[in-house]
Amino acid sequence: MSTVKVFNAGHTACSGCGLSLAARLVMEAAGPNVIVSNSTGCLEVFTTRSPQTAWGVPWVHSLFENSGALATGIVAALKMQGKENEARVMAFGGDGSTADIGFGIISGMWERGDDVLYVCFDNEAYMNTGIQRSGLTPFLGATSTSPAGSVTGGNQKQKKNIPMIAAAHGVKYVATACVGYQRDLQNKIKKALAIKGPKYVQILATCPLGWGNDSSLTIQMGKLAVETGLFPLFEVEEGKITNVMNVAKPKPVEEYLKLQTRFRHIVKNPEEVAKVQAIADANFKRYTKDKVLF
Amino acid sequence: MASIRAKNILIGKPGTSLANKTGGWRVFYPVVDKAKCVACGMCVMSCPEGCMTTSKETKTLIDLDYCKGCGVCAKVCPKTAISMLKEEK
Amino acid sequence: MKKVTEGLKAIAETVALCRPEVISAYPITPQTHIVEELSVIVANGKLKCEFINVESEFAAASVVLGASVAGVRAYSATSSQGLLLMAEVLFNMAGMRLPVVITDANRAVSAPINIWNDWQDTLAIRDAGLIHLFAEDNQEACDMHLQAFKIAEDHEVMLPVMVNLDGFILTHAFDPIEFPEQALVDKYLPKYVPMEKLDVKNPLSFGLMGGPDRYLETRYAMAETMKTCPAVIRKAAQDFNKMFGRNYGELIEEYKMEDAEIVLVSMGSIISSMKDVADDLRAAGKKVGVLKIRCYRPFPVQDVIKSLCGKKKAIILEKALSIGGVGILTADIKAALYGQKNVPEISDFILGLGGRDIRISDIKAIVALAEKANLKGEFYGLDPKLVEEMDK
Repeated sequence: MSTVKVFNAGHTACSGCGLSLAARLVMEAAGPNVIVSNSTGCLEVFTTRSPQTAWGVPWVHSLFENSGALATGIVAALKMQGKENEARVMAFGGDGSTADIGFGIISGMWERGDDVLYVCFDNEAYMNTGIQRSGLTPFLGATSTSPAGSVTGGNQKQKKNIPMIAAAHGVKYVATACVGYQRDLQNKIKKALAIKGPKYVQILATCPLGWGNDSSLTIQMGKLAVETGLFPLFEVEEGKITNVMNVAKPKPVEEYLKLQTRFRHIVKNPEEVAKVQAIADANFKRYTKDKVLF
Repeated sequence: MASIRAKNILIGKPGTSLANKTGGWRVFYPVVDKAKCVACGMCVMSCPEGCMTTSKETKTLIDLDYCKGCGVCAKVCPKTAISMLKEEK
Repeated sequence: MKKVTEGLKAIAETVALCRPEVISAYPITPQTHIVEELSVIVANGKLKCEFINVESEFAAASVVLGASVAGVRAYSATSSQGLLLMAEVLFNMAGMRLPVVITDANRAVSAPINIWNDWQDTLAIRDAGLIHLFAEDNQEACDMHLQAFKIAEDHEVMLPVMVNLDGFILTHAFDPIEFPEQALVDKYLPKYVPMEKLDVKNPLSFGLMGGPDRYLETRYAMAETMKTCPAVIRKAAQDFNKMFGRNYGELIEEYKMEDAEIVLVSMGSIISSMKDVADDLRAAGKKVGVLKIRCYRPFPVQDVIKSLCGKKKAIILEKALSIGGVGILTADIKAALYGQKNVPEISDFILGLGGRDIRISDIKAIVALAEKANLKGEFYGLDPKLVEEMDK
């Protein structure tokens, strides 16, 4: 089974890594006719320790914060070579690269309207440097820079809402996806790649090491994040919510929190859990089909 | 001397990671009960290594050269056809 | 036929003749007229090119990096703070061996904020792995861009090249400029042929991680290329001279050096004034010559040794310094001369920072000072009143 695919085994991601699963699903949906620019982060490090590469498509890494601008340059170069129909261009970044250090770059790319699918692999902290808080770390989640201290317990801020920021830029297609729902994820990637112009897909990628859950629970964790309402799955097209994954019977957030050591400091504190529950409840109200956002 | 661009170590050839057999990491290994397996492909879709295949004829096959033994496949299998057994070395 | 043109516009027109396929830059004084003019050239259909407006110099450098790795000729321009904002990308671009050409309108670095000329910006990134060329006048600055693309894209080199010209002194000066014929430019500088690129037909990975087992070799490779690329730089200058009939030297240029006893050493636009000083002082009986460093990285060690050894005195004029260390050009020259025979006495002066005027009379005064004593890292032209005020 050693035939070369678009995304190959032999990479050095942790056992049960949701990010490696997400990347494989994205690549299998995208197929061979894509060019990828990839920010520094777990995905870049575990796939390309020279001279080996897990990638089977043209792929480039430059810096932590510039995969979006690289993609702009690649699109321009393809156009000048008359090859704009030969390959679709994707830019990959983690949550830190996307929401924090590379945010200005991404805003510039969206504002220019470049024909790039930007995929944010959101594992909710700087995992590559050892689980530090990012702008996409969830409320009260403990990281190595937002620890569960005796005075403040975990990250005191809510996740930055990048999908809405993307939609406000006039990004043509915005979607959230999750490794818990593989076909949905792949359909969104295929749909995005069929659209000309800027696209943004944010994928919740579970992280057994950073979240402190059992490595076998990659899929279940993803599903629970959606079923509790903490990571709603939706699509925004031309400023309107066109689809929301239906959760018929929402699960209490405890079911999700209790499986992860990053929330260990709050699961026995009903007041703190209630604050997280309030976020989930608000999400169900906020993301409704046919809602016009912009 | 001709210029040295370090080309061979700066640029990667497609899929060369396959030389890295990550199966050596395993503590537990998956075993498929072919009598129970219905080749639904849930495990194939969920495998972080992409090292599983399935068909009605063969049922699920696992490439143990790369399987890291995470146990995701065993957890998602709707027929509980996959068990995780301890590696003995 | 010569056309009187502002330095920056002349550079923009020359860059357009080089047919870059992707241009991305961000406005910053005193570089801005380059991007303005190039955007006009592209908007009027005179150059088939993707001109990309971006939100920062960091983005501009990243866009041209992406374009270059995708296989096209790419160009950017910047200055001062903008160059420093690009710095992270420039190290990366050089490490990835991408032949981008960047113009730097040399300007002081903040604080205090100052838009005028010195070399602190470019010399602060001298270790990035770019080839640094310095132009003496606007004609040379224009012509240097043709050479820059030719050097960068040579498969024996494959490193980014930065063309430096002094902010305002050159950038905003109107000079009669000889523009080369497009057909001749095309002959001198054929279409860029990448060695490999992002291509679905040959899906390679670029920018791999290099651990402790491999990183050292990648830097060694860059250092080796810097050792061998002078041959390419010389040939680029010689071929240019053959085709266009203009010669500015190769890695260095020597002016009245055969019998010189005192040598004035510097880079950039100050060289023209130094040549005038040499003429004047020779008329007064002093044997003065000028050594112009045209290529700062790779530093032309052998040329400098050959040029300076056997002379009585070298006077280095510096428009930047490593604060807490010494003048940056001085450090390079002294390192080159260490252990050689018949090394001249060396005096070095820090002057002109942040756009302080340097007149012919100043250079003559410096020669007089250096004749009396060997001065090291001497700040020339300080305002005594301000120095006193700062002491209070």
